[in-house]
Amino acid sequence: MLSIVVVGDAMFSGFMVNAWTVATVVAVIAGVVGFFVVLRGAAFPAHAIPNGAFAGAAAANLLGINVLIGLGACAVLAAIGIGTLGRRGRLDVATALALVLMLAVGALLLSRSSAYEPQIYSLLFGEILGVSTTELLPVVALAVVCIAAVAVLYRPLLLSSILPEVGEARGVHAHRMEIAFLVVVGVATAMTVPVVGALLIFTLMIGPPAAARSFTDRPLAAMLLSIAIALVIVWSAIALSYLSDWPIGFFVGTISAAAYGAGRVSSAWRRSRRARTTATAAAAVAP
Amino acid sequence: MDRFFTWIVAPGFFGSQPVQVAIVIGGLAAMVSGVVGVFTVIRGQSFGGHALTDVATAGGSGAVLFGLSPLFGFVGLGVVGAGVMEMIGVRRLRGRDLATGVVLGASTGLAALFLYLDATTSGTTAGATQQILFGSIFTVDSSMLPIVIGFGAVAMGIVAAVYRPLLLSSVSDDIAAARGVPLRGIGLLFMLALAVSVALSALTIGAILSTALLVGPAAIALRLTSRPGVAIALACVIGVAVTWAGVLLAYDSYTWGSSRQGFPVSFFIVALVFLLYVASAVVRPRALHRGGG
Repeated sequence: MLSIVVVGDAMFSGFMVNAWTVATVVAVIAGVVGFFVVLRGAAFPAHAIPNGAFAGAAAANLLGINVLIGLGACAVLAAIGIGTLGRRGRLDVATALALVLMLAVGALLLSRSSAYEPQIYSLLFGEILGVSTTELLPVVALAVVCIAAVAVLYRPLLLSSILPEVGEARGVHAHRMEIAFLVVVGVATAMTVPVVGALLIFTLMIGPPAAARSFTDRPLAAMLLSIAIALVIVWSAIALSYLSDWPIGFFVGTISAAAYGAGRVSSAWRRSRRARTTATAAAAVAP
Repeated sequence: MDRFFTWIVAPGFFGSQPVQVAIVIGGLAAMVSGVVGVFTVIRGQSFGGHALTDVATAGGSGAVLFGLSPLFGFVGLGVVGAGVMEMIGVRRLRGRDLATGVVLGASTGLAALFLYLDATTSGTTAGATQQILFGSIFTVDSSMLPIVIGFGAVAMGIVAAVYRPLLLSSVSDDIAAARGVPLRGIGLLFMLALAVSVALSALTIGAILSTALLVGPAAIALRLTSRPGVAIALACVIGVAVTWAGVLLAYDSYTWGSSRQGFPVSFFIVALVFLLYVASAVVRPRALHRGGG
């Protein structure tokens, strides 16, 4: 009993407060932006932009400028590039080629600088337990920008995601929406990659919203639910990572997949129950 | 003439053992990727093809942990991941991408754990991460050759065995179903071929080049011709050509400038693929007219 109190005490003390704060901000962002990622089926760009943005971090390191600027510039460039290339060909091919191009440029820049190697692991998998207060501020600032952008784009983006033809008829340009949305993904990514890693942000943008969608069809409810699921996942992942000393990405990845699995099972169960009630009703009505 | 030749090909190119191995293994991987890639692009499974490199990487780092050969981890987890993607994947493209994303997220989570445990138990550090991610074609051992040929034959054999029904179901699910093609079975078999081919290329030429050679040459070929057989042959030719050109440029790059520091092969190959892809968008309209639609 005493040990639980001691562990609980340490888990919320000092530097750990930053970890909890940043994880909460990231979960909210992932829930909001991820809702649209899942709705639009944009899992691949959501994977490619944070992973490819790592080339920006490598460039920033080589040029000696702020990593956040490098990541941000690269993420936004990637978003525009994928959107533009995807217009002329298949979006998945464009995304794949943009991703490998960014990774290859990143590899080239890495080969030019030797002092960078140990940071790769943390860029990919995150170092949430080592977040400093100075790193916290830009994350919160960009989070506000992201949420404001989604709030402004909410109605047209929703329309063009679900019914692109109707959107076009109402003057919502589908291609412009695509680029605007990918830029929001880029901004959301750039601020979170150095803190939580490319893996964590991608997983949180997919798992919780996908799970939320199996529980409700109403957009706002699904968004709120996905924020809630993301929060539960990151919080429990931090606690488990703190207790076991294993990387946080492992817990986020597996719990997210479990949440998605639970959502799929529950929606399949509800569908089969609905089919059974309909069948019973039909049998009762039939002469 | 002689001077021109040494300008194109830096001295010692053909005598160098790593270059010979890179030419042979890289060429084979590019060929298998070209064949499987055409179907990957037609079926819209580029994301799956890319995600499988990360799944295979997780398997590789896990196998190291259990003292197994990384090869078994690469192929084993790749095949399991492909099966899971296909099983939970919904027919609609959006649902399938989602399922792929979830499998990708879970397996990168596993990779994070395995790499961490690898580092804590055996002392291999971030260098291993970089090696697995960017694995260089020049560091492949020539003893890999039989394995590459074996697994390449498996992937190509599956595609050849189900060629017609696979093509039909890739172009139109409905027509294939009407003709009595078992869609689920064909889909699973193709994912198996994709997993083997991706694991093979990820292990030998690295994750970046694996995706680049799977998607790039096939997408370029499909822009130049609408006949599937021609597209497959063209994708193989383009894949092998860019791989060899990339190896040559990377070798030559050691003689550029005064720093005596080469550029990575992956950069040259990917840059060539990307340039050709962008250029093929310009060529496409004419090719379509010539083909009569």
